[in-house]
Amino acid sequence: MSDEILKLSMLQLDALREIGNVGAGNSATALSQIINRKIDMTVPKIAILPLGEVPDVVGGPDAMVAGVYLRVFGPAPSSILFLLPRDSAFYLVDMLMGREQGHTTSLNSMDESALMEIGNILAGAYLNALSHFTSLTLLPSIPALAMDMAGAILSVILIQLGQMGDHALVIETEFTTESDGVKGHFFLIPDPGSLNTILAAIGVKE
Amino acid sequence: MSELIKVGMADYKVGSNPSSLISYGLGSCVGIALYDTAAKIGGLAHIMLPDSTQARSAENPAKFANTALPLMLDEMIKLGAAKKRILAKIAGGAQMFTFANATDVMRVGERNTEAVRILLKKMDIKIIADDTGGNYGRTVVLHLDTGIYLIKTIAKGEKEL
Repeated sequence: MSDEILKLSMLQLDALREIGNVGAGNSATALSQIINRKIDMTVPKIAILPLGEVPDVVGGPDAMVAGVYLRVFGPAPSSILFLLPRDSAFYLVDMLMGREQGHTTSLNSMDESALMEIGNILAGAYLNALSHFTSLTLLPSIPALAMDMAGAILSVILIQLGQMGDHALVIETEFTTESDGVKGHFFLIPDPGSLNTILAAIGVKE
Repeated sequence: MSELIKVGMADYKVGSNPSSLISYGLGSCVGIALYDTAAKIGGLAHIMLPDSTQARSAENPAKFANTALPLMLDEMIKLGAAKKRILAKIAGGAQMFTFANATDVMRVGERNTEAVRILLKKMDIKIIADDTGGNYGRTVVLHLDTGIYLIKTIAKGEKEL
């Protein structure tokens, strides 16, 4: 088996989960302050999945989602993807733009900017924690947005991983607002090779 | 009873009339449909990458165009298809996210499509229809009774190739 991620020890996986936890905690706090709602988050799931199964995490390859994608630059290049089911994206946009719930049924360019800005803030908060933890300087690119089938959006990341192996290490957190059930999935997917850099930086490389 | 056969990402399937082959949510991947009209036998490959020789891990041959297509062709021939009658239709190869300074990593859809065209030419299989590029996802269905390759999108409706 050539996939390096299949060789990770329990200790290494725990360390990665802890990083995900702190990063996502930061992001959830930021999101909560923006929309002025209490946000619950799940304990990050660390999953090592065959590439083809990753879209099932968000409801299958043909589920309609909004995705905000950012590249992470620095010593551990990675991809960040914030995925929301379509209804949650509309709900969030209504909240951000101060409109009545259920008003948005398609996104105009202001709505798109608002969602990208949310992705930006979440990624910034997450990377801040990750940088602090690892002493690596990690910087996000500007965000890009797509509203489409989950499989199509995820393919961007999965193809990059596919060059190195047949599995993806997915660090995933689910956000839910307490009252109205806006859901979001936050993925951090390290590029091949970046994982070793991160593990070395937190002192759990073998 | 016509069966709907699912083709996952980095996978290929073959079948015969009256089944249909379907693959959901193609983004930068390419869906290659091969079809023999006379025998009503077809195959659908959902490839992620153009070339196994440029990848560090090539354990799954269905992931790459250059290794998936010959295997799929063999299986179609075993079912009774004739190579000289087989024609291709291709779809996918989108660029889902647009950045101002698109790097090579981002243009993978375009590179996939290009590689598939070159490969099919090398294999002497003619592409009679295509729907590639753009910035949107596609779900594709190859109907093995007619050879119609149906492309479904969210924003751009449906299209028959």
